[in-house]
Amino acid sequence: MADVTHGVAGPVPTVGHDDVELYHPKSWITKYVFSQDAKVIAIQYSATALAIGLVALVLSWLMRMQLAFPGLLSFIDANYYYQLITMHGMIMVIYLLTALFLGGFGNYLIPLMLGARDMVFPYVNMLSFWIYFLAVLVLVAGFFAPGGPTGAGWTLYPPQAILANTAGQEWGIVIMLVSLMLFIIGFTMGGLNYVVTVLQGRTRGMTLMRMPLTIWGIFTATVMALLAFPALFVGAVMMLLDRLIGTSFFMPSIIAMGERLAYKGGSPILFQHLFWFFGHPEVYIVALPAFGIVSDLISTHARKNIFGYRMMVWALVAIGALSFVVWAHHMYVSGMHPAFGFFFATTTLIIAIPTALKVYNWILTLWRGDIHLTPPMLFALGFIVTFVNGGLTGLFLGNVVVDVPLSDTMFVVAHFHMVMGVAPILVVFGAIYHWYPKITGRMLDDTLGKLHFWVTFLGAYAIFFPMHYIGLMGVPRRYPEMGTMAFVPPSTVTLNIFITVVALIVGAVQLIFLFNLIWSLKRGRPSGGNPWRATTLEWQTPQTPPAHGNWGKELPVVYRWAYDYSVPGAAQDFLPQNQPPEPRAA
Amino acid sequence: MAIAIALILVVIGSVVFHFVSPWWWTPIASNWGYIDQTLIITFWITGAVFAAVVLFMAYCVIRFRHREGNRAAYEPENKRLEWWLAIGTGVGVAAMLAPGLVVWHRFVTVPADAATVEVVGQQWQWSYRLPGADGKLGATDIAHVTTENPLGIAPNDPHGQDDVIIQGDQLHLPIGKPVKLLLRSLDVLHNFYVPEFRAKMDMIPGVVTYYWLTPTRPGTFEALCAELCSTGHAFMRGGVIVEPDENYQAWLQQQKTFAQLQAPSRAQAKN
Amino acid sequence: MVVIVTFMVVMAGFAGWWLLRQGLTAKPWLEVGVVGEAEWASLSPRPIAKIGLAAFLVVAGSLFALLVSAYFMRRGMSDWRPLPMPTVLWFSTGLLALSSIALQTSVVAARRGELDGVRSGLLATGVSALAFLAGQLLAWRELGAAGYFTAANPAGAFFYLVTAIHGLHLLGGLVALGRTTARAFAVPMGSAPAGWGRLRLSVELCATYWHFLLLVWLVLFALLMRWTDDLIEICRALLT
Repeated sequence: MADVTHGVAGPVPTVGHDDVELYHPKSWITKYVFSQDAKVIAIQYSATALAIGLVALVLSWLMRMQLAFPGLLSFIDANYYYQLITMHGMIMVIYLLTALFLGGFGNYLIPLMLGARDMVFPYVNMLSFWIYFLAVLVLVAGFFAPGGPTGAGWTLYPPQAILANTAGQEWGIVIMLVSLMLFIIGFTMGGLNYVVTVLQGRTRGMTLMRMPLTIWGIFTATVMALLAFPALFVGAVMMLLDRLIGTSFFMPSIIAMGERLAYKGGSPILFQHLFWFFGHPEVYIVALPAFGIVSDLISTHARKNIFGYRMMVWALVAIGALSFVVWAHHMYVSGMHPAFGFFFATTTLIIAIPTALKVYNWILTLWRGDIHLTPPMLFALGFIVTFVNGGLTGLFLGNVVVDVPLSDTMFVVAHFHMVMGVAPILVVFGAIYHWYPKITGRMLDDTLGKLHFWVTFLGAYAIFFPMHYIGLMGVPRRYPEMGTMAFVPPSTVTLNIFITVVALIVGAVQLIFLFNLIWSLKRGRPSGGNPWRATTLEWQTPQTPPAHGNWGKELPVVYRWAYDYSVPGAAQDFLPQNQPPEPRAA
Repeated sequence: MAIAIALILVVIGSVVFHFVSPWWWTPIASNWGYIDQTLIITFWITGAVFAAVVLFMAYCVIRFRHREGNRAAYEPENKRLEWWLAIGTGVGVAAMLAPGLVVWHRFVTVPADAATVEVVGQQWQWSYRLPGADGKLGATDIAHVTTENPLGIAPNDPHGQDDVIIQGDQLHLPIGKPVKLLLRSLDVLHNFYVPEFRAKMDMIPGVVTYYWLTPTRPGTFEALCAELCSTGHAFMRGGVIVEPDENYQAWLQQQKTFAQLQAPSRAQAKN
Repeated sequence: MVVIVTFMVVMAGFAGWWLLRQGLTAKPWLEVGVVGEAEWASLSPRPIAKIGLAAFLVVAGSLFALLVSAYFMRRGMSDWRPLPMPTVLWFSTGLLALSSIALQTSVVAARRGELDGVRSGLLATGVSALAFLAGQLLAWRELGAAGYFTAANPAGAFFYLVTAIHGLHLLGGLVALGRTTARAFAVPMGSAPAGWGRLRLSVELCATYWHFLLLVWLVLFALLMRWTDDLIEICRALLT
């Protein structure tokens, strides 16, 4: 009918995209285990990421115990502590956040939000998950290897990463590098899928500028990840060769413990360049999907269009592009040529401008909105606070000379936990509260959700805000005992105990969230197809949860952008993207 | 509503914490007060932005929270507002960046009259080398490192013979004289960091890095390693004593040169 | 890191050019109804595989650009000792070019509907690509025998690394080529091109990949033969 109103000539070619052969599972195994359905793969990715994330959470508890009560847990010595920080960091950044945002949310939301039946290469998509799963298994194997996992710090800086004094030198580092390489291969398979699906899988009427910002965020982040991960891959291969067959890519002549090693002529700084050429875009690979998702959460739950949609898109793209020329701001005190400091400080502070514009637009979306304080909205508000806080401390660290006293201190730890730990994870929670009804057909429990929010948000802020000041005093990061320095007042011990207690509580509250996830699966209030009265396509599927192929017989046709909330004159305060316009009176 | 109150409390709490908490930087002992000033500028600008953004959110939540019959306004964009915000942010960023770059220029420009001191890091101890009477440090190479020559000074370089070597002891610096620290590592990355000096730089095996400073306050300061160097990282401590010139000279007289340290072993070799 | 940054700038240029044509300045809230028809109509299943390959080539290109970047950075240090290049590399370069040409003839044959040509082209491609790999192995052995497979020579390590990664990419390509060849022989002789299924697409995809690997190899070869040194000197002179 809709097509007739608009007088589109000829048969509607909605089958166009059906030419991607839709895969039909034949058995339980191919339906739920080796599934090629993006929705199942999304859940597999998310479950694996959350499971390994829980491991990293426990690691952080152990770390905090050591910092507050050094020596209380007698099995934690310096090397053990370094293994904890290494694995915690690596898991959280790569195996949890990257995998969850792109593999989890990307797989679930891209086809649904774009009106596609599935990803364009479903088989490769399945491989992507299983290689990721293998990478996680290999990573976990590190815990059981002789000598334990590597304790080189998540940055894996050579030469120490592969030298004898570092924990896990024999097996741990090899396992770590192999796991990373597997992750990258798996991710590349998935990433190509996401990119090509966004390029070619959109349904009729879904122009780029009608895509929800969630998709823009995931799309930009995926493009960046595809380009940035090869740097880590190259670094990992070279380090693996250095470790296993004794090449000298990163290894100069070294006297270790009085003995001259066979290495000669390598450059440790080369590794740092490769690592951060990946590592800095990686920050935005985690942040951009969070930006996108939080935009949609705020818009939906404030019943108002996202303010300045075009600026939001441009800012995402600008941040994505700029993030490739800021990597060396992690290396201001690495001993690289000081002239680089001028360039990288400038680019780094310039990137603050599009980022700030995004923040303004979020809060301007709240302005004159109709704010429903649902759990997703609460988490979105929490995100803005922690992200602004962490982003602003980034201006300290990005400004080269201010970075000099602060780098390698607890200030850095506090900064990046606030900005790329707490902030994106609050978005993850908000997103799960938001989309859980679509995935399961049931709402998550509201009261438990609010309890979860309050403890997590206030707790996380109480953990990381004071931590900046420990760093400001000059306490270096990666010290298993902080109270041993002459300049540290004894009150710092109390502060550390406070942080640890809060961290334990915040960690424990995540169990309530897990309980909520499982309990609501069977007992949650049935949600209906569109409980939040949202405009985007994933809420307009004929079935909830969406069936295989997502859309029944006909693909949806998109008539409007993703943010038609509270349009003047409209009967409802939202107009779904696939709702045809009123036929104009002649 | 609770969230609005929480947001306001977060701002108030953060500001109060900032001003009353006992945790603040150590009293400065070098010329890098400029860095502290830039940091303070950054604190003011970012603090104001943080408070403004969060309080604005709190206001929005109070004013525009859902009530029966409310409807949101329809406002896709406001170009003029967005441009003003972009320009304002740009100005704020420039206000932080400009002093930052000026101070960085100072930080990387070593004055011509700076004395040279070499700091050598290895797992997990610090050693120091002063140029001696000729004012020049001798060449080094990791290939020369032996138990008698732990810093790897080239035995046939005449400049190296009078180099003063300090091992297992604190480094002394004369007050008020600019000093360039040359940083060298024998094994892994280290970072010679004295919090009171504010400056730091990584040491990389195979490369000589540097920074400079002028000590301005007498006293004994703890030197830390600020770049993870495995097991003993947290316990890789050294000390720096800043003292008046005459005390410094007296201390310097007692130190042994490379040639003196080599002499006993050479004497043994002859026997 | 100049090489990789240049690569990224070029990619960003393409991306920007493409984005600009997507109506990024449109005000989507003003446009209600079906828009973007022209763009949408141009989407067809065929480009999906090609676009997927193109995206992969960008990723692979980034990988090689990074390797080259690392190579330049390392080479800039004072203790760099260049490697004598085995002459067999000339032969392998020729073989890879031959392989690419053979595959191109196969593409042409597929477009004309000549199954014979497709099959022989594919076979020639496979054989010459394998010969190329054998040539690379000979070069490895030659350098190994001359004692360059040692820890202390970064130039040697880079040579092995770069050729190995390129070779692995070619091996991956050979798997795809094998499947395409099998497909070509499964098609009954004399059948109309309409009945070939995805054969023509497969051949085209292989050809694109092959040309890419040839291009990458030529760049690497020029680098390893140190022909680029003069170019770099000129650039350096211009910059200072």
